[in-house]
Amino acid sequence: MSGAAFPVVSLGPLLPTLIVLAAAGLVLLADLLPRRGGRDLLATLGLVGVVGALLATLWRWGSPGRAFDGMVVLDGFALFANVVICYAVALIILLSVDYLRRVGAESGEYYALVLFATAGMMLLAAAGDLIVVFLALELMSLSLYVLAGLFKRELASGEASMKYFLLGAFASSFMLYGIALVYGATGATNLDRIAAATAGRGHDPLLAIGLGLLLVGFGFKTSAVPFHMWAPDVYQGAPTSVTALIATGSKAAAFAALIRVLVVALRSAQADWTVLLWAVAVVTMTLGNVVAIAQSNLKRMLAYSSIAHVGYMLVGLVAGGVPGAGAVLFYLLAYTFTTVGTFGVITLCTRAGEEAVEVGDYAGLARRHPVLAATLGLFLLSLVGIPPLAGFVGKFYLFGAAVRAGYVWLAVIGVLNSAVAAYYYLRVLVYMYMREPEGAAAAWAPSFAGGLALAIALVGIVVLGVMPAPFADLAQAAVAPLLR
Amino acid sequence: MSTWVAFFVLAALAVGSALGLVLRRNPIHGALFLVVNLGSVAGLYLMLGAEFLAAAQVIVYAGAIMVLFVFAIMVLIPGKEETGPDPRRAVRLLAPPLGALLCLLLAFVVARGTGAPAGAAPPAPATLGALGRLLFTRYLFPFELTSVLLLAAMVGVLLLARKRGS
Repeated sequence: MSGAAFPVVSLGPLLPTLIVLAAAGLVLLADLLPRRGGRDLLATLGLVGVVGALLATLWRWGSPGRAFDGMVVLDGFALFANVVICYAVALIILLSVDYLRRVGAESGEYYALVLFATAGMMLLAAAGDLIVVFLALELMSLSLYVLAGLFKRELASGEASMKYFLLGAFASSFMLYGIALVYGATGATNLDRIAAATAGRGHDPLLAIGLGLLLVGFGFKTSAVPFHMWAPDVYQGAPTSVTALIATGSKAAAFAALIRVLVVALRSAQADWTVLLWAVAVVTMTLGNVVAIAQSNLKRMLAYSSIAHVGYMLVGLVAGGVPGAGAVLFYLLAYTFTTVGTFGVITLCTRAGEEAVEVGDYAGLARRHPVLAATLGLFLLSLVGIPPLAGFVGKFYLFGAAVRAGYVWLAVIGVLNSAVAAYYYLRVLVYMYMREPEGAAAAWAPSFAGGLALAIALVGIVVLGVMPAPFADLAQAAVAPLLR
Repeated sequence: MSTWVAFFVLAALAVGSALGLVLRRNPIHGALFLVVNLGSVAGLYLMLGAEFLAAAQVIVYAGAIMVLFVFAIMVLIPGKEETGPDPRRAVRLLAPPLGALLCLLLAFVVARGTGAPAGAAPPAPATLGALGRLLFTRYLFPFELTSVLLLAAMVGVLLLARKRGS
């Protein structure tokens, strides 16, 4: 190999990520300034970075690009995922400002790590090479491990961080092993080259084992059963704003990478992974929903609920094709708005000086804070999948794609699961509207930024629910080039 | 001829130190045997022309990881040997047959000669120069991304290790 094979450095496709990383650097530097206005400056910087990345993403729309010899692929798919990620992170930064001040955990590093995690998520969605998939996943995960342990005085937070770190590192090693075996079978780590090397070849055991290990790694990151054990403890122990980030941004990014790896690189093994994912989808949906019924802690309940939602999204992946993958992408958008909103309400509720995390804490909320109760109610109804909210449309597309692809039973199991899920979501509504609080009632910790975030999320789920067609078309157009 | 001598010396060292590692009761002695083992395997790598692998083996395994091992042993068992009845005797009884099975499988694979990966692996020589050139050309982006990863890790360590309120 000659020394002249220097790759063409084209930073255009990296622009959204670079903006976020620059904002992270600025946050670290600004943290050193003498403090007058508190940490609001840092949150503002972070927000500007994420909104800048969102604008850069919208600006690049329609002009797909590759950088560094196919290492980074900023196509419509990555752009769509970027929009989901940027919305999630922007709303979470808005929610964090007053939440962190209230619990006394403000620090500049918080915003820097959130931005580092965001950069990792965006790169994960745009990774065109398994090496970049791994590094971006680590960048995202490493930041999230630390953020989960932000509350150093609370044992649960430390437990969450430790569990997340150990199991996450375990998952990473599975993924790395899978990458190594895929490289052994095909001689490539670039997704397109893997596809070219496997096209037209027969069944390759080495590739199949590599695929299995990759799925284990992604299963951990997306908390699919049977790799979901970390989720409830981490969701419960981590600061609520970080839980929201883990539940939305990291899941969206990991799903985007999973779709790209399966659909682009391993399409020749589609029969293999469809069978595997069918089974995983069924167990994930069922276990998530059934165990969620027994939870009294709202964050824990939402952890199991998010596991169930991963199951629904896997249904779309099993259905395959443009309708299936497009439905997954649309569902990610709908799920992100809904979940950030739900966790957002939790960050803004207190009871007797503590965070209100038990379902019982919300008893009688409707009488004292009717607007807040109605907001939480709408988010929960969207999670159930009640029309005309985003969650309904998302499920409709997912199960519709499954039926059209011939997976009728899978769709039936999914619909039955949604019915089970209604029980535990509606229980919260019952508490809010029909029960009287025992002792102190939950109160709303006033926060302009947090209220703004809730309003944006609420508008999001209503708009997505009332006129989903343009967004669904965008999602389908985004996945179509992958399936060529 | 000299390569054969070097190979047998290194192989004997590797096998001998591996035996020492398994058979010694004092964990510190075991750890030191492991260092010898890792070093002799690094020598084998070097003979195969895998310079980078040899260097990584010495720096990462024989260096960093062994220091961790020794620290852990010293912190956990200060100056005391593991004595008394073995609590996992049943597990240990399973070890010889499983080890024999592994040996059989390895012998089978070597005999069939299907060790090489099926795909078209790049024929680039694994010299340090070639690896370095690849790192700064085709893999420039992952290389740079690693620096961001390290920065995030440093910030995270600072956040976790700092005392509260400072």
